Amino acid sequence: MTETAQAAPRATAQPVPTPGRGPALIGLAAATIATADTWAVTATVFEAAAGGWRWVLGGAALAGAAAVLLVYRPALDAWRSSGRCAASADPVERRALAARARESAWTASGLAFAVLCALALLVFVLANDAAVQRTFLQSELIATSALDIVRAFGTNLFIAVVAQALVLVWGLVLALARLAPGRVGRPIRALAIVYIDVIRAVPAIIVIYLIGFGLPIAEVPILSGLSQTWYAILALTIVYGAYVAEVFRSGIESVHPSQVSASRSLGFSHLATMRHVVVPQATKRVIPPLLNDFISLQKDTALVNVIGTIDAFNQAKIFSSNHFNLSSVTVVAALFILITIPQARLVDRLIARDKARGA
Amino acid sequence: MAFLEISGLRKSYGDHEVLRGIDLAVERHQVICLIGASGSGKSTLLRCINALETIDAGQIGLDGEVVSGAGVDVNLLRRDVGMVFQSYNLFPHMNVIDNVTLAPIRLGGLSREQATAKATALLERVGLADKAKAFPDRLSGGQQQRVAIVRTLAMEPRVLLLDEITAALDPELVAEVLGIVRQLAAEGMTMLLATHEMGFAREVADTVCFLHQGSLLEMGPPEQIFTEPAEERTRMFLKSIIAAGRL
Ligand SMILES: Nc1ncnc2c1ncn2[C@@H]1O[C@H](COP(=O)(O)OP(=O)(O)O)[C@@H](O)[C@H]1O
Ligand SMILES: [Mg+2]
Repeated sequence: MTETAQAAPRATAQPVPTPGRGPALIGLAAATIATADTWAVTATVFEAAAGGWRWVLGGAALAGAAAVLLVYRPALDAWRSSGRCAASADPVERRALAARARESAWTASGLAFAVLCALALLVFVLANDAAVQRTFLQSELIATSALDIVRAFGTNLFIAVVAQALVLVWGLVLALARLAPGRVGRPIRALAIVYIDVIRAVPAIIVIYLIGFGLPIAEVPILSGLSQTWYAILALTIVYGAYVAEVFRSGIESVHPSQVSASRSLGFSHLATMRHVVVPQATKRVIPPLLNDFISLQKDTALVNVIGTIDAFNQAKIFSSNHFNLSSVTVVAALFILITIPQARLVDRLIARDKARGA
Repeated sequence: MAFLEISGLRKSYGDHEVLRGIDLAVERHQVICLIGASGSGKSTLLRCINALETIDAGQIGLDGEVVSGAGVDVNLLRRDVGMVFQSYNLFPHMNVIDNVTLAPIRLGGLSREQATAKATALLERVGLADKAKAFPDRLSGGQQQRVAIVRTLAMEPRVLLLDEITAALDPELVAEVLGIVRQLAAEGMTMLLATHEMGFAREVADTVCFLHQGSLLEMGPPEQIFTEPAEERTRMFLKSIIAAGRL
């Protein structure tokens, strides 16, 4: 190494950190604030809760308050690491310890922030002498309405499952129509495009309304005699068929054209190629977006209350107007959360799996 | 009239004329090699013969029948004219035996048992009987291409079109695929193949055709094309091939 090279260090030389307690102090401060707030709220809950609830709620609050002490773990680790960093002479070790101190301090601050958010929510629910809790979470109304609402939720599930089955077929038919080849296929393509565009442009609730009230008035043979549940199924199939058609289409178009060439060169027709080669490959790829549309469809079953179908939402509204309290509607929300979140996680897992496969 | 006869074939993509009047005759049991730079139109010519592309002008005849133009049942034509692609194009959602038996069962009217027996015999010939249940992504490129050839052969085509079937392979896998083509040539299969394997072309071809910018610039027996080409363009192409160590 020459003298000049030594004299002028590289512009990109790795820095040797000067050890400091700054990040560790921030982490410790965050942990302390979170803990202090938690204990303050715990005390409030303990005092506010009456009778038997006192020990249940108070116990839960105490457990939470104890758990919050865990925020100190990364905070203390940040403190120790910065101390060891200051004591170390080896620049590489110092760099690593400083990085560790910083990361632990950030972890502590992040945890503390999450705790504070949860506390804010709790305070909101308990505010104004627990007014929020009494409006949305009144235990008596929840208890009296739950059974009937769960039963009515069966209607939502029935509508969802039947509509999903029909949507799979209808969506695929629409997608294939939209991809009909050549000059002969042009009118079919045009029809499919018009249908998909129009239906996607109209809000689902309007389609449900038009079908639920329109078909009985129009006295169309067969269709006009259906029950309200079946009107709902029909309307949701019409609406979601358009969305699922686009999902299928993107899947079909994502299959490489060389697959079509190979199949056609063996003598398969366009439709046989779709059936044996393209659609099976497309279906696998569209399962995640398809499930997303299915989740939306399930939630939109709550829209059928506009045509008077007694689904869970309608049932809950009856309870809430009789009791001037929204807690029964909270039950419906909870039921939807209960069935939706596992599916959302499943979708994420499938996407992750496809990514891992490089598909 | 030759077995496969192409006359005045023209093909454009938009303003770009890719084939500018191709005349080519292939007799029964002949092996014809198409050589030429990348982009000269080899793949397009083969795809036109297989009716995977529509042609703008000219005519294609097979065994005395006109098989191009409006009203031709391309699905029937393709059962006589098999094609193997550079990128194998096996169906990834099916195992090897299903890849091979799909067309014979659905189109050839064979029962599953008949088709499986036939496919197994063909797979044995190419040394892949033990891979019958494997999915394509478990096979090497050479194995996939051998399966692709078997899949095409299972429909008993009368002409085989091979589009640079070794171009995507690692060098050590080329021989196992060319071995099969050599065997087919020896058995008298009529073949039209686009290739960059000049040594192989020299060995198996009855006629070598040099394609340049959509025209058949020169054709003749391999000895003549490779040793004393008449056209300057052919000489230049062969020179570049030699420089790349491919001849
Ligand atoms: N589908 C297509 N659309 C537009 N241009 C194409 C298409 N296929 C091939 N071409 C063009 O046609 C020419 C010949 O291509 P190709 O037949 O693949 O040549 P080769 O197989 O000899 O390399 C190239 O210039 C290519 O860009
Ligand atoms: Mg090519």
